[in-house]
Amino acid sequence: MSFITKPKITHPGLPKNDIGLTRRDYEGGMSTLCAGCGHDSVTAAVIEAVWGLSIRPEQLAKLSGIGCSSKTTAYFDSGGHGFNGVHGRMPSIATGAAAANRDLYYVGISGDGDTLSIGFGQFAHAIRRNVNMLYLIENNGVYGLTKGQFSASADIGSKAKRGEENKQPPVDPVMTALMLGATFVARSFSGDKEQLVPLIKAGLRHNGFALIDVLSPCVTFNDHEGSTKSYEFVRDHYDEVVHADFVPPATEITAQYAEGHALPVTLHDGSRILLRKLDPSYDPTDRTRAIGYLREKLQQGEHVTGLIYVDQSSSDFHAVNNTTATPLNQMAYEKLTPGRKGMEKIMGRYR
Amino acid sequence: MHTTANAQDRVNDFVLKLANVNGTGSASANTLLMKSMFRMGIPVMGKNYFPSNIQGLPTWYEIRVTREAYVARSGRIDIMVAMNAETYQRDVREVDPGGYLIYDSSWPRPTLLKRDDITILGVPLARMCNETFKGVRARILLKNIMYSGVLAALLEIDLDVMRALLAESYSSKKSLLDSNTQALEIGYNYAREHFPCPLPTRVARMDKTANHILIDGNTAAALGCLYAGATVGAWYPITPSTSVMDAFKSFCQKWRVDPETGKNNYLIVQAEDELAAIGAVIGASWNGARAFTPTSGPGISLMNEFIGLAYYAEIPAVLFDIQRVGPSTGMPTRTQQGDIMLAAYASHGDTRHVLLFPANPEECFHQAIDAFDLAERLQTPVFVLSDLDIGMNDWMCPVLDWDESYKPDRGKVLTKAQIENLPTKFHRYLDLDEDAIPYRTLPGVHPKGAYFTRGSGHNQYGGYTEDAAEYQIVLDRLRRKFERAKSLVPKALIDASGNQAAIVSVGSSDGAVREALDILKSRGVTLDYMRIRAFPFGPDVEKFLASHSLLFIVEQNRDAQLRSLLTLETPIEKHKLRSILHYSGLPISSSCIVDGVLAELGNEKRLVNSG
Ligand SMILES: Cc1ncc(C[n+]2csc(CCOP(=O)(O)OP(=O)(O)O)c2C)c(N)n1
Ligand code: SF4
Ligand SMILES: [Mg+2]
Repeated sequence: MSFITKPKITHPGLPKNDIGLTRRDYEGGMSTLCAGCGHDSVTAAVIEAVWGLSIRPEQLAKLSGIGCSSKTTAYFDSGGHGFNGVHGRMPSIATGAAAANRDLYYVGISGDGDTLSIGFGQFAHAIRRNVNMLYLIENNGVYGLTKGQFSASADIGSKAKRGEENKQPPVDPVMTALMLGATFVARSFSGDKEQLVPLIKAGLRHNGFALIDVLSPCVTFNDHEGSTKSYEFVRDHYDEVVHADFVPPATEITAQYAEGHALPVTLHDGSRILLRKLDPSYDPTDRTRAIGYLREKLQQGEHVTGLIYVDQSSSDFHAVNNTTATPLNQMAYEKLTPGRKGMEKIMGRYR
Repeated sequence: MHTTANAQDRVNDFVLKLANVNGTGSASANTLLMKSMFRMGIPVMGKNYFPSNIQGLPTWYEIRVTREAYVARSGRIDIMVAMNAETYQRDVREVDPGGYLIYDSSWPRPTLLKRDDITILGVPLARMCNETFKGVRARILLKNIMYSGVLAALLEIDLDVMRALLAESYSSKKSLLDSNTQALEIGYNYAREHFPCPLPTRVARMDKTANHILIDGNTAAALGCLYAGATVGAWYPITPSTSVMDAFKSFCQKWRVDPETGKNNYLIVQAEDELAAIGAVIGASWNGARAFTPTSGPGISLMNEFIGLAYYAEIPAVLFDIQRVGPSTGMPTRTQQGDIMLAAYASHGDTRHVLLFPANPEECFHQAIDAFDLAERLQTPVFVLSDLDIGMNDWMCPVLDWDESYKPDRGKVLTKAQIENLPTKFHRYLDLDEDAIPYRTLPGVHPKGAYFTRGSGHNQYGGYTEDAAEYQIVLDRLRRKFERAKSLVPKALIDASGNQAAIVSVGSSDGAVREALDILKSRGVTLDYMRIRAFPFGPDVEKFLASHSLLFIVEQNRDAQLRSLLTLETPIEKHKLRSILHYSGLPISSSCIVDGVLAELGNEKRLVNSG
């Protein structure tokens, strides 16, 4: 079996973005996931967002670990380089890649297994470094690719397909990210494109580490009754607290919002996220209160979605490291070597 | 005074050992002593035997003064400065007959002084320090400088050279310079007054160190990374590799900060562990930066999965393995050549890697640069297998010169224009030039150059595959690529004069072998010698092995790892090989090799005679 490429048929009527490309220009190889898998909807949302942002296809670097979710980097943007690394270690590859070239957009796609068990350490440290990347977890509560074992995000009491009940407490990536100081934390649902697409746009434009935990049901191993990561359960128990609309630079905000309900956040490049608060008492710029709010809601059996926390003021990986503006992979050798004169000077210390 | 050896013999040819407690500041005195003799034109070698501890455990420093410029341990001790009560008895025992022992006689320890074949010299160091200096810490530190002064008188080290060195160290701290100079002189004067100075064991000016430096291998390796144009370094601290990144950082702070913007033309990631360190190196190299990670055995063990990914997905990566004593945590501050097999085949499945074996700091510098060129040319991980002895000890080597014409070999990377003009889609793993090395593209350059990097099965076009034939095409090319490396890696160094028997060694065993060859020659045994500098072994190595009937493989590990690799990777007949193994954790000495060779030759003769 070799790599399947989708036949490229261009419809002249397809809408074009600012750089003259259609959505089809952002597609990738044919998905080999199960029909109905939530991950495919996330792929579609990524395509929509990247097309909408008019990012040049080669400007996006796609990184992933191992799992059904991690396979999806092959299913969009075939004009950008992809890297399917090893299980749970995508964040370190992303860190190195971002170190080498600060000018690209990095999207990391991972699973709940890839991120929350084998890759928990790397996930945490990519957040601590505030690597400038969008990190998407396609969270289905199971290890899909190894056939349905519980993952670390499985809720207590959630039932496996054959009835076994999970007894260990889950790791919540959103709570974890908040605790670790992540500067952009969101939760969404693969079935809610309207919510997810603007979040992806904002996350890509965010200066620093942007996490979106996307509930993405596994139809084959975790979509039955008794599962807390099924389509039905997520629809019933996940509620949006802050809706984010992405507003490109130099676009007027036209819609009307009730007093106290709208909060514009300006991103590094001048674009804005317009936050529509569904609970007026909620403040997505207050980390401590966000954590409290999430806890409270969870006790009531509700999972909060939307743009839960955002901070545009903190320094990203390159700012912390005081790196030069020119991508390191493009520095001329002459700028990097002290040369012969330099060597003479250096040798003086060791004579 | 008791003397057994001919006194004349010991001028510029002796070993001085300093026994201390770690954390008491003895390092600066060690450097002062060694460097002052070096500046007098006398070849010196320093070895630091330190504990894996911050304060309070025994530490020794050995300075070999060697007019022949040997670089290994000789195995003898002529002068012991015994400053550690804890190890005093053992230190007294170690001195060779006819030697000297210097101790702090502030509190007499008569019961311990039980040897009449050596000369014992007591100096009331603590008492004199307490009388002269204020502050507990200052007194402890200055005691070291004071015994340096004692040694200056006994060994006839030029006091002005020592004063000048102190002035360099404390150029901005006048008060420290004054107290240090005072301590030095107190020690010096005490010795002149109380002992017949100089001793027959002493130094005399030479001119054998001009155009030489004293440098450790880790600093030299870091300098190599700087000159290779490495921009990304990722690491997790581990002895004895830590000083590679420390040195790289300080070189970068001096040479890699843009004078106009104040911005850094480098980025160092202190990773959360070695898995992340190698992951970052792979990510950065994939993205077209020169990236490296320094580590030691435990780190390589952790990195195995990623190393296989870089091998199979053909991503350059440079790893410095500063070997220490294993297995497991082992003895972190002792040296060994114990990672040869680990590195050669690191990771699961059919993997094999390019290894470089520096023997001294000079080679650490050059092979660091070679490593980047080879990694990018061959699109594969390259290991520089140094060790604690090379990495952390100061070695005398020729001043490093820089050839301004050097251009990094960035390998087969397509430019934007080349991608634009491709007649077809870009195919990542196609052997277009039939040299087993495919072309690669970098992210962000051109959409036509995009491909998918994966550690899962892939065909030569870069596509996912589970097809046997497609998989094998790529795997077989990787095998051919490794064959090609044979002609690109540094050649072995060979000293041959038609002898039937020869020594083969690697890395830091070289110094001891060279000295052993001289000693053996003086006893009528001449041997050829080959020092292997890289894996895969080239035709030069095979030819040397084939043309000798008896080969001593000298290495510093228990399991004869170099010998194993030679038997696996060359057609050498096993019965020709004899191992000389040293794995105490201390650097191998020439006497160990001389004894090993002579014992074996004795056996051979007996065999021949009885046959
Ligand atoms: C080192 C290692 N251990 C185990 C595996 C097997 N493995 C592959 S994917 C996977 C779990 C993936 O789960 P998740 O990240 O949640 O992805 P999903 O398939 O659910 O999308 C495991 C355990 C592996 N590839 N590598
Ligand atoms: S097993 Fe589950 S996660 Fe994997 S592709 Fe099928 S539905 Fe998706
Ligand atoms: Mg999963």
